[in-house]
Amino acid sequence: MKAVMILEGRAVPLERSDVDTDQIIPSDWLKRVERTGFGRGLFSEWRDDPDFVLNNQNYVGATILVAGPRFGTGSSREHAVWALMDFGFEAIIAPSFGDIFRNNASKQGLVIVQLPPSDVEELTQIVKESPSRLVIVDVEHLRVEVPETGWQRPFALDTMTRDRLMNGWDDIGLTMLREASITAYEHSSRTPSLVGVFDAHGHAR
Amino acid sequence: MARTLYEKLWDEHVVASPEGEPTLLYIDLHLVHEVTSPQAFDGLRLNGRTVRRPDRTLATADHNVPTDPISTPVTDPISKRQLEALEENCHEFGITVFPRGHENQGIVHVIGPELGVTQPGMTIVCGDSHTSTHGAFGSLAFGIGTSEVEHVLATQTLPQQRAKTMAITVNGRTPTGVSAKDIVLAIVAKLGTGGGAGYVLEYRGEAIEQLSMEGRMTVCNMSIEAGARAGLVAVDETTIDYLRGRPGVPSGEEFEELANRWRDYVSDADATFDAELVLDASELVPYLTWGTNPAQVVALSGVVPSPDEFDDHDQREAVTRSLAYMGLTPGTPMRDIPIDIVFLGSCTNSRIEDLRAGAQVARGHHVAANVRALVVPGSHRVKRQAEEEGLDQIFLEAGFEWREPGCSMCLGMNPDQLTAGQRSASTSNRNFEGRQGRGGRTHLVSPVVAVASALLGRFASPDEVSA
Ligand code: SF4
Repeated sequence: MKAVMILEGRAVPLERSDVDTDQIIPSDWLKRVERTGFGRGLFSEWRDDPDFVLNNQNYVGATILVAGPRFGTGSSREHAVWALMDFGFEAIIAPSFGDIFRNNASKQGLVIVQLPPSDVEELTQIVKESPSRLVIVDVEHLRVEVPETGWQRPFALDTMTRDRLMNGWDDIGLTMLREASITAYEHSSRTPSLVGVFDAHGHAR
Repeated sequence: MARTLYEKLWDEHVVASPEGEPTLLYIDLHLVHEVTSPQAFDGLRLNGRTVRRPDRTLATADHNVPTDPISTPVTDPISKRQLEALEENCHEFGITVFPRGHENQGIVHVIGPELGVTQPGMTIVCGDSHTSTHGAFGSLAFGIGTSEVEHVLATQTLPQQRAKTMAITVNGRTPTGVSAKDIVLAIVAKLGTGGGAGYVLEYRGEAIEQLSMEGRMTVCNMSIEAGARAGLVAVDETTIDYLRGRPGVPSGEEFEELANRWRDYVSDADATFDAELVLDASELVPYLTWGTNPAQVVALSGVVPSPDEFDDHDQREAVTRSLAYMGLTPGTPMRDIPIDIVFLGSCTNSRIEDLRAGAQVARGHHVAANVRALVVPGSHRVKRQAEEEGLDQIFLEAGFEWREPGCSMCLGMNPDQLTAGQRSASTSNRNFEGRQGRGGRTHLVSPVVAVASALLGRFASPDEVSA
């Protein structure tokens, strides 16, 4: 994962609530065995509509998505995060998020900025007024700002997620440092495993 | 100190709880399927890592297997590639896998319990949000993303934040004709799609105790639809009786010893929850969804709601958009709405009990003209048992299609899909826009309502099907 300290870019307002993961990346797109190339499938059911905001020329190249409440609810598909990132988004700003989506995002370095609904509404208006405005998401200082208007809001991230983002740490590598604790746990656990349940062909013994 | 079931499960699985970091939790069972795993296996290879505990990992093909006869090949080249990748990856890393057509293959959340590998007291994860299903066994089970799948493959652990606890108490008995699906639709409607966020839900009360394991699984399955990652039901004799004799559990004395340990997986009598929702089961009726999220629920005897009934501006807009997508007019009685497709299947409602309930309604009747009705058993084991009981014949004679097991029309990754504008009565768990096929309109229902609706060509309850 690459380290993320500060993001600067333009923002696009989605103005929809309950954008679920089926909307972000429809299931047709889940058949790939690679991690890349999902950007073309992002919001694909909406992108045929010429009025859909991502088709608005003014927002082409935006890297920050401003959305309504409960963004990313639904399935566990990490493809939703891959699609957003492959399309070019680096941060999502919304009043609330689906739980698994938020987790998946943090693993990939997609920055999740949760702001109160009224702040999201203000930011939406700011970028609708003038889509070219630069928006800054500062992970180090936990702040979103629009320098041109002086608009500025703090946001929260747990320390771990923030440290991981800023250092580009790989979760698995971090956990592997705890190898001794894992082994000790395994020695003390009495929970059955699958040993002896199936034969080499998967038939129950 | 008195603890809830969730707290007991959590405490028992802590590997390390470093200051200022999420707790590292041990994972007892990792279920794998073809869609969310290929990139995880790739990640392992890329970093020269192995699977730490292949003996705690089990894989099956389910999401995009066609439900045509097994003898017909998989025609979609990308699905085929994904199914092959699952087999190759499992062979390479020493994981037991049930490919398409294998006697144990089926929807991942159906096979875990029926094989008895889902057991009380376990932590269970799978790269699929409906992993909450397994919580019916008093196990902590939740869905994870692909990066987490890779994490569990490599370390058999997951960094986790502790959730809050919510008791969902369903007092009293449900009236006849009200199923587990109706109970959970009522709960999701009450909580809303975000109401369970941050919580683990524990379902309890007389109506839950009265449910079979199949019914409890249906309820826990849809916990995620209320935003909760996990649902739980305490262990009781129903749980233990269900597991006795299954392939994944020991037999005789050894089983009874294990069962004795399992009996501890209940919340202590004086444990406190962070929140509680109380429902009176006697007030429940058959429900269905009218809109594009699973909390948009109405009684089968009710009418399509109007945006004016909602106070909040955003909600009114969302309702208006849902109605437009669904092609519905406020005030229309739900029972007057004609349907095109009926889907009896998915990890919510494709177990033997669901098929029995459906067959009982279908027996001696025929699917309405212009309706296509599919029955997709959750697994080969379910299918075989249903065939032994003659349920396939009842469905076939009534004009239903009897398909091979898989996720099928629940998410339309295989050829079973709705076309634009088609309306379905579906026993699955998600009615999102396009979920069952682009432009498709999904109404979530119980198995008996699905079958009755197939017979009458519109939303209907079994008592409307003349004897
Ligand atoms: S049946 Fe549907 S909800 Fe269940 S695992 Fe399959 S796709 Fe997911």
